[in-house]
Amino acid sequence: MSATKEYNQKALGLRGNDAVAYAVKQANVDVIAAYPITPQTLMVEELSRFVASGELKAKYINTESEHSAMSGCIGASLAGARTFTATASQGLAYMHEALYAASGLRCPIVMAVACRALSAPINIHGDHSDVFGSRDAGWMQVFCENPQEAYDMTLLGFKLAEREDVLTPIMVNFDGFITSHCLERVEVLPDEMVNEYLPPRNAKLKLDVDKPMTFGAFALQDYYFEFKRQQHEAMEHAYRLMPEMWSEYAKLSGRNYANVRTYRLTNADVVIVSAGSTSGTARYAVDELRQQKIRAGALGIRLFRPWPGPEVLKALKNVKAVAVLDRATSLGAPGTTLYEDVATTLYALPKQPTLTNYVYGLGGRDIRTRDIVKAVRETLKLASDKKKVSPIKFLGVRE
Amino acid sequence: MSSKKQSWKEVTIAGVITTPRSSLEYKTGVWRSQTPVIDYAKCTKCLICWIYCPEPTIVRITGNPEKAVEIDQNYCKGCGICAQVCPVKAIEMRQG
Amino acid sequence: MAATEAAEMKVEGEKKEEYKPFLTKLADLPTEELFGPGHRLCSGCGPAIAMRMLTKAFRGPTIVFTATGCVEVSSTPYPYTAWGIPWAHVLFQNTAACASGAVEALNKMVAEGRAKKADVIAIGGDGGIVDIGIAAVSGALERNHDLTIICYDNQAYQNTGLQRSGATPLGAWTTTSEVGDAQAGKTEWQKDILGVAIAHNIPYAASATIADWRDYINKVRRAIEVDGPAFIHVLAPCQLGWRYDPSQTVAIARLAVDTKFFPVYEYVDGVYTINRRVPSPKPVEEFLKTQGRFRHLFEEKNKWIIQKIQEGVDRNWQRLVNLERATNPNAPKA
Repeated sequence: MSATKEYNQKALGLRGNDAVAYAVKQANVDVIAAYPITPQTLMVEELSRFVASGELKAKYINTESEHSAMSGCIGASLAGARTFTATASQGLAYMHEALYAASGLRCPIVMAVACRALSAPINIHGDHSDVFGSRDAGWMQVFCENPQEAYDMTLLGFKLAEREDVLTPIMVNFDGFITSHCLERVEVLPDEMVNEYLPPRNAKLKLDVDKPMTFGAFALQDYYFEFKRQQHEAMEHAYRLMPEMWSEYAKLSGRNYANVRTYRLTNADVVIVSAGSTSGTARYAVDELRQQKIRAGALGIRLFRPWPGPEVLKALKNVKAVAVLDRATSLGAPGTTLYEDVATTLYALPKQPTLTNYVYGLGGRDIRTRDIVKAVRETLKLASDKKKVSPIKFLGVRE
Repeated sequence: MSSKKQSWKEVTIAGVITTPRSSLEYKTGVWRSQTPVIDYAKCTKCLICWIYCPEPTIVRITGNPEKAVEIDQNYCKGCGICAQVCPVKAIEMRQG
Repeated sequence: MAATEAAEMKVEGEKKEEYKPFLTKLADLPTEELFGPGHRLCSGCGPAIAMRMLTKAFRGPTIVFTATGCVEVSSTPYPYTAWGIPWAHVLFQNTAACASGAVEALNKMVAEGRAKKADVIAIGGDGGIVDIGIAAVSGALERNHDLTIICYDNQAYQNTGLQRSGATPLGAWTTTSEVGDAQAGKTEWQKDILGVAIAHNIPYAASATIADWRDYINKVRRAIEVDGPAFIHVLAPCQLGWRYDPSQTVAIARLAVDTKFFPVYEYVDGVYTINRRVPSPKPVEEFLKTQGRFRHLFEEKNKWIIQKIQEGVDRNWQRLVNLERATNPNAPKA
């Protein structure tokens, strides 16, 4: 690919886990506090190898749990360090309260999540229940389709999170096993370029012996609300910064990312919305459908928090039908996570498309193009029957 | 401290308090129902009351041959520990 | 001179050690206050004394992490803070983990000239250190970070309404170990948190009370100075939870030592030293009768519990004497 030569990048064969580890190494993080959990283990092991060899001069803390991993990151971040951790599933759930503490204390921690199903029953494979379960914790979230994106989003994550006008932690999500263990061609930036893109962190608000400050004060009814309002503002501001962040990264890498990834939306009657690796499968489904003369398109969600409402609206406002695929349940809810976010966005339209809600791939259950094709056909049928919505359906479960 | 509370745009993010020991503005002396009084004639300047005060609101005085400590009544909660620990019972807890 | 000696506890049979404590006279302590006044802790609060005293032990720039609890909540109601040093509170159970992260961050950043050197201390109550925080404490101690963990023990989750903790003593009334016809207070012994800390092979650990300023402040300083993890367990009576007049906080802490209810000892690189020998111990009743939380034990039907407590205290003391004899060449002969 011309990108490699032109941008002085080298191509490596990296699994999703390795790709993130490589990015973390190049980012010269100061502190890693992590706890191993399948399917992220390869990443923390690789990071340990980097530290042991001296390639990465970070302090590596093997905490005794994920709660302590996030806490160690918070402590390090408050001291002004660039920090990183990674987890999945149970680990993410275990550190749940610490996620809110990290975002509330405005610590720009980057955390890679090898998205994995939540127990019970215990399952180690990929789905989005863990990160969706944490969507209100005040963290930014991006979904990566493949190892290349996992590498790129990690670097961009540090840049975005550490901005003094953002100071919000970020989760870099990729599918457990499907992406974490998938070996693909990944183009990596030269070290010097990353050094320039990510100079050492220079925090303004930190534990500083020359300027003693108190972090984590007890905010009663008369103050708590104001601090949450600030976080809301930071999220909105982060959304407004995205075009600038993407274009800056495109100049370095030649890869033009955006908040969403659109595919064959021109004249589309029906659009498939999904996140993670399935967005790639959806594009294959679109091609198959187009061959069958069905005007399908795909919308891959890359930026999940803050939610790219305007981009989603633009992509979907003129279509007849939208099939939203969610790789997690939201038991008892009127719709699952992405579906609800899309529905909220589409509510603004005077004339809304048919909107269907599919749950797929739980616990790493494979999703095939034929499943997506089936979902699209069902959705189009509903649209032609003038039905707006239908109950949640499941793709790939044995009925 | 001004009684007008800051808006979300004005407060430091994350609830960070940038002024060390800003608690000095909150005079806990209004809590007490008994007040310690030092009899300087008895005081041996041992500093025991100073080290045990939980606030602390007993301050060291330097350069004064009469007094080694003084009780800052702005913060005294009237617990009576100083009177209890004083080895020569030089501190009296007076009602009010 | 005489007054300070009178205020101290008597020590007998204590051999001279190589280590020279930094503090001998109160007048030598810095007058600058780095904690309070103006905090919202109760009148006569033991932990308040513990906090204020430990700030006198700092040897230089120091950063403190504190777990959720009495001290944290009462010392930092926004926008007031009682702390004059860089300070952070994160969650209830993770002060040791946060402090670990900060220590390592500082190690790297100081070496690179990006930060100034500072000692890091993680403070928690018996809630945040002995119970919900025990995993984080254990992990931090095992990882050998150069930090100090201080547990101020007021023997219950006092801040949230005096509920029992793993450090609450046998027989004590708390709001979740109530007293009635079917139960006479807490039915379990308290955890030996200092023993748990020592089990991690750390270089320094010690117990202390707020009653003995010299012993406690010296120990905190020694804990800070030691290279590696150190743990201090300081008894800090709570007038509200223990039910006594606020003026008695120091006296009751002293009684805890004088009845051997709370042994004051040190662990240095495998060697145990009982710092306060208590040659003429008072019966544990003398300690129990001063506090309302034990009042029910003096009813006829509950007096057997006092006996049990005395047996437990004696057994624990003998255990420490044995440990001292087994590890310390300077231990007094039987």
